Amino acid sequence: MPDVTVRVNGEAVRLPGGSTVAAALLNAGVHCRTSVNGEPRTALCGMGICLECRATVDGQPHQRTCQLVCRDGMSVETGS
Amino acid sequence: MTSRATTSAVLTTKHAYEVVVIGAGPAGLAAATAAAIAGKRVAVLDDNVRAGGQIWRVGFGAAHEDRERGRVAEAFTLSGAELFSGRQVVDVPQSGELQAWAAERQVLETFQYDKLILATGARERFLPFPGWTLPGVFGVGGLQAHVRGGYDVRGKRVVVAGAGPLLLAVAAHLRRDGAEIVTVAEQTSMFRLALFTASLITRPRKILQGIHLRMELAGVPYRTGCWPMAVEGMQAITGVRLTDGSRTWMEPCELLACGFHLVPNTELASLLGCRIGADGVEVDADQQTSLAGVYCAGELTGIAGVDGALIEGEIAGLSAAGNTASHLHAKRDAEAAFGRAMARAFALRPELRLLPAPETIVCRCEDVRFADLKARSTPHGGWTDAKLQTRCGMGPCQGRICGPALETLFGWRNASVRPPLFPIPVAAMCSAPQAQEELSHSLSQETTR
Repeated sequence: MPDVTVRVNGEAVRLPGGSTVAAALLNAGVHCRTSVNGEPRTALCGMGICLECRATVDGQPHQRTCQLVCRDGMSVETGS
Repeated sequence: MTSRATTSAVLTTKHAYEVVVIGAGPAGLAAATAAAIAGKRVAVLDDNVRAGGQIWRVGFGAAHEDRERGRVAEAFTLSGAELFSGRQVVDVPQSGELQAWAAERQVLETFQYDKLILATGARERFLPFPGWTLPGVFGVGGLQAHVRGGYDVRGKRVVVAGAGPLLLAVAAHLRRDGAEIVTVAEQTSMFRLALFTASLITRPRKILQGIHLRMELAGVPYRTGCWPMAVEGMQAITGVRLTDGSRTWMEPCELLACGFHLVPNTELASLLGCRIGADGVEVDADQQTSLAGVYCAGELTGIAGVDGALIEGEIAGLSAAGNTASHLHAKRDAEAAFGRAMARAFALRPELRLLPAPETIVCRCEDVRFADLKARSTPHGGWTDAKLQTRCGMGPCQGRICGPALETLFGWRNASVRPPLFPIPVAAMCSAPQAQEELSHSLSQETTR
C-alpha cells in the first residue's frame, strides 16, 4: 500500500498506508486527549476498549483513533 | 455517556439473519464458518477494521504468516458468511434483535437473529501503580496492536512487564520490529512457571513455542518474580522502577508495555442476561449460555488461547445450526483445562494490590484516585457506592479498564451494564426506532393533555 499523509494539529505526518490514526499521533509524538484534571493521555489498549485515544477527526469529535485507518488528507485535532 | 457529535441526521438500516455472530476473532470466525457450512444465513459483526481479532491483527513489514490464520480465513471466505466490520454492538432492545453502530459511516443498524453467538474475546487486565497514566505506558497487547497499526518503535528502549504468556510473544514481536527490549518482567515466580511448563508435557507444541520465543529473545533478561512499582517521568515516561520483592531498581526506558494477563469482555453477555461465573460466561456442553439460543465461544468463557477458541467456535456454530458437535467435546475440554492451568500459573501475587499510592489514578476516564476509592471500601461500600460518590467507572470506557482493577484491589464486581454499551452520538440514539416511538408517544400525550 502506498504511503498516506495526514495532518495532526496542522502538521503533516506521513506513514504507511493502512496505518491507524493512533499510530499517526504516536509517531508525531503528540498526546491524544487531556484528562479531566488536565493530564496528557495517549492510547493504552490498542483495541478500542479504553477510549484514551480519542481525538477529533475531520471535525468529528471523540473518535477512537486506534480503530480508524488513515486516509490521505485526513485532519486530526488532539488535546481536547 | 454520549458524545457531543454535530451529526444531525443518522441513517438506520435493518438486516435479518438466521445466525448472528459477534466478534471476528478465531472463535467468531470458526463459529460463523461452521454455521454457514451447515446452511444457515450468517452475519458476523466486528468492532475492528479487519477480521482476525487481536491475535491475528494484520501487521506491517515482516508479517509472520500464520498457517492456522490462513486456513481459518480461507474457510470463512468460502463459507458464505457475511462480515460487517467496524460495528460496535450498543444495545439489545429486545430478544432476537440488536443494534450496532457503524462509526465510520455514522449509521445505526438493526440486526435480527434466530440464534446469537457471542465471541467478544478478551482484553488486558490493567492494574494501577504510580505513573501508569503517563504517555508512553501501554498495554502489552496494546503496544503490539499500535505497532501493527503503524507505530514506529525502531530504536526505542522498551520494558515489557506484567503477567501472562503474552509478555514473551510481544517482546519477540517488538524486537523484530526494531525495538530494543530492555527487560521482560514477569510477576509469576520461576517455581510456578516451572510447574506450568511441566504440566504442558502432553502438549509439546506449546513448550516448543515458548523455547522458540526465548531463543528469539537471546540476550534479553527474562526476570520472573519481578514486577513494576512505579513509572518515572513528568510529561512522559523516562524509566520504570522494578522490584523482585527484596530489591528495587530503575530501568531507564522510553516505553513500558504492561498488562496482567487477560479478562473476558462480558459486557454484551451481561446486558443480555447470560449467567456469568468466576472465569467468564457459563455455557453447557454445546456452548449454549443460560439463555436459550444464545451461545458463547472463545476467551469469553474463560481465557484458554487460540486453540480453545477455534474449537469452541466450531461447536457453537454447529450447535446454533442444530447439528451435533459431540465429537469435538473432548478436545474442547482439554483446551479448557489448559486455560485453567494457565490461570493458576499466572495468578496475581498479593503485592500487586499494594502498588497504588493514595494519589494514583485508578479510573482514567474520570481521574478518580485510589484514596477516594479506598474510602468507599467499607462493609456498606462497593462499586455502586464508589460510582455514585466518585464517578468511578462512569466515563466513556464504562468501567472496562478500572473494573477488573477494582475487582483485584477491593474484590468489587461491576454488576450493572447498561446500553449503550459504547458511547454513541445523541442523534444516533434519537434515531433508534423504539426511541422515535417513545418520542412520538410522549409528544402525542403532550398534545392531548
